[in-house]
Amino acid sequence: MSVAATIDRQSSGTGSSVVSHPVVLRRVVASEWIKFRTLRSTIAVLGAAIVGMVLIALLVAYNTRHLTPNLQPDDHVPSSTMQGYYLGQLLIGALGVLFVTGEYSTGMIRSTMAAVPRRLPVIWAKLVVFVSVTLVSMVSICLVAFLAAQALIGQYRPGYSLGQPHVLRVVIGTGVYLTLVGVIGAMLGWIVRSTPGALVAYIGVMLVLPVLFGSVLGTWGKDVAEFMPSTAGGSFVRSLSEPHTLSPWTGLGVLALWAVVGVVVASVQLRRRDA
Amino acid sequence: MIEAHGLTKRYGETVAVDDLSFTVQPGTVTGFLGPNGAGKSTTMRMILGLDAPTSGTVTVNGKPYAEHDRPLAEVGALLEARAVHTGRSARNHLLAMAATTGIGRRRVEEVIDLVGLHDVAGRRAGAFSLGMGQRLGIGSALLADPQTLILDEPVNGLDPDGIRWIRNLLTGLAHEGRTVFLSSHLMSEMALTADHVIVVGRGRLLKDQSMAQFIAEASTDVVQVRSPQSRELAELLTASGGTVRRAGADDLEVEGLSSERIGAAAAGAGLTLFQLTTQIASLEEAYMSLTEDAVVYRAPVDRTSATDTESAA
Repeated sequence: MSVAATIDRQSSGTGSSVVSHPVVLRRVVASEWIKFRTLRSTIAVLGAAIVGMVLIALLVAYNTRHLTPNLQPDDHVPSSTMQGYYLGQLLIGALGVLFVTGEYSTGMIRSTMAAVPRRLPVIWAKLVVFVSVTLVSMVSICLVAFLAAQALIGQYRPGYSLGQPHVLRVVIGTGVYLTLVGVIGAMLGWIVRSTPGALVAYIGVMLVLPVLFGSVLGTWGKDVAEFMPSTAGGSFVRSLSEPHTLSPWTGLGVLALWAVVGVVVASVQLRRRDA
Repeated sequence: MIEAHGLTKRYGETVAVDDLSFTVQPGTVTGFLGPNGAGKSTTMRMILGLDAPTSGTVTVNGKPYAEHDRPLAEVGALLEARAVHTGRSARNHLLAMAATTGIGRRRVEEVIDLVGLHDVAGRRAGAFSLGMGQRLGIGSALLADPQTLILDEPVNGLDPDGIRWIRNLLTGLAHEGRTVFLSSHLMSEMALTADHVIVVGRGRLLKDQSMAQFIAEASTDVVQVRSPQSRELAELLTASGGTVRRAGADDLEVEGLSSERIGAAAAGAGLTLFQLTTQIASLEEAYMSLTEDAVVYRAPVDRTSATDTESAA
């Protein structure tokens, strides 16, 4: 391949000594990976999510180490130690937003689109990098947080193990949930293009709308709310199902569908609009 | 080679680029001139496929930019606003750009040295001065050793050393047979660098010709003459059919006679000349007279919105 590329470049007449290769997805992924790991802001946000998940797991474990009567049932189920995901979904959502809008706010997007003028490979490559990084880091940190929390609880009362029914779903599912909401954040970034705008949109979709529909608009509002990304996905990461929520796997499917819709809308917009 | 045919861009009511057709030839430096809001940046963005034309087409080496396999090897571009993430170091920015087309670290280091950023390549681009930012942008453009360079205000913020460097670089690249297309508001600099000019005003093509011709057309045939016997000389030249204007104690400005005829006439009459100069318009004068006309011609058109387009682009 490199031989062919060299010949190709030399035959073009200017005697260029720099060997270049066609822009394909693999190379755009390599580029996006460099971009991801060379920004302090992305590393800091990811680090905060990692630390937050573990700290909150330990905090919950410590507070529920004794089964006292004033504990609610869902205070001492497997998913109670995974409540760091409330913070995690904000941080990972922001990570997704920043990964995209950082390019728009700084003007970097012009360089990116000049290097990859077909544009769509940039969405795919960012998706590959973002999903790989968050899935690996969040699933691992969820396992670590769970095991650490259960070890702490185990000092006082029997904790849970990964082998018990539904526990693995909840623990790994939390990592999957965080990855998918991060994708939604990134896609909102592509669609809205400004950091504050995309963050507001993300918080609106994830936190405000479900509450609004679920508590203000009566029964039909609750019917809508259970299909919102955070509510649907939430049913996958909780050990006890709440009223008016989907079953865990349906919930995961609905959340994934939201992410796919985001990718489709973002892709169409990216092709259509001026960079 | 860059070829634009009927290139048009509208933003709502504002026409930023209006039916622009031109060809930028390889082997020369082509200057792209025009007042703020004339549509230069928008045109450059359309060449790179960043903005889609409302109508018309523009190709680079025969194809729309986006259809090239190795876009960075085809066109290196420096756009007017900074196009670098402020949180990333210059080196990492170049590495990320280079990775899209499989260019390795060695070439990146080469470019860093070439543009003189060796000592600061590890620093965040956001901390760069305007001149350093320009050097990084130029480095980005040169990364894949492209056939064609499109540079929007490349000397902006550069020190005299840097300006001389980029001038030599661009003329050198043109001599190698590459296409160099640059815009600048520094007319004196453009006059030294460009062989050909494309002038736009209000989105329309005003001129597309060689630098020499552009300046020649704008020059009036005024000859400056200095003589200690200026009064006798003035009478003689008026009698020979020239229009003479006194510009100082010993200085005359003569229209309608060539410097050869003035010299010969003075010699014939035994008059002493200290100076005999044909006045040539500067590029700036040529440009100003052309664009003044354009502005006067289109004065009633809303000016603010067009300016906004340029600065937002």
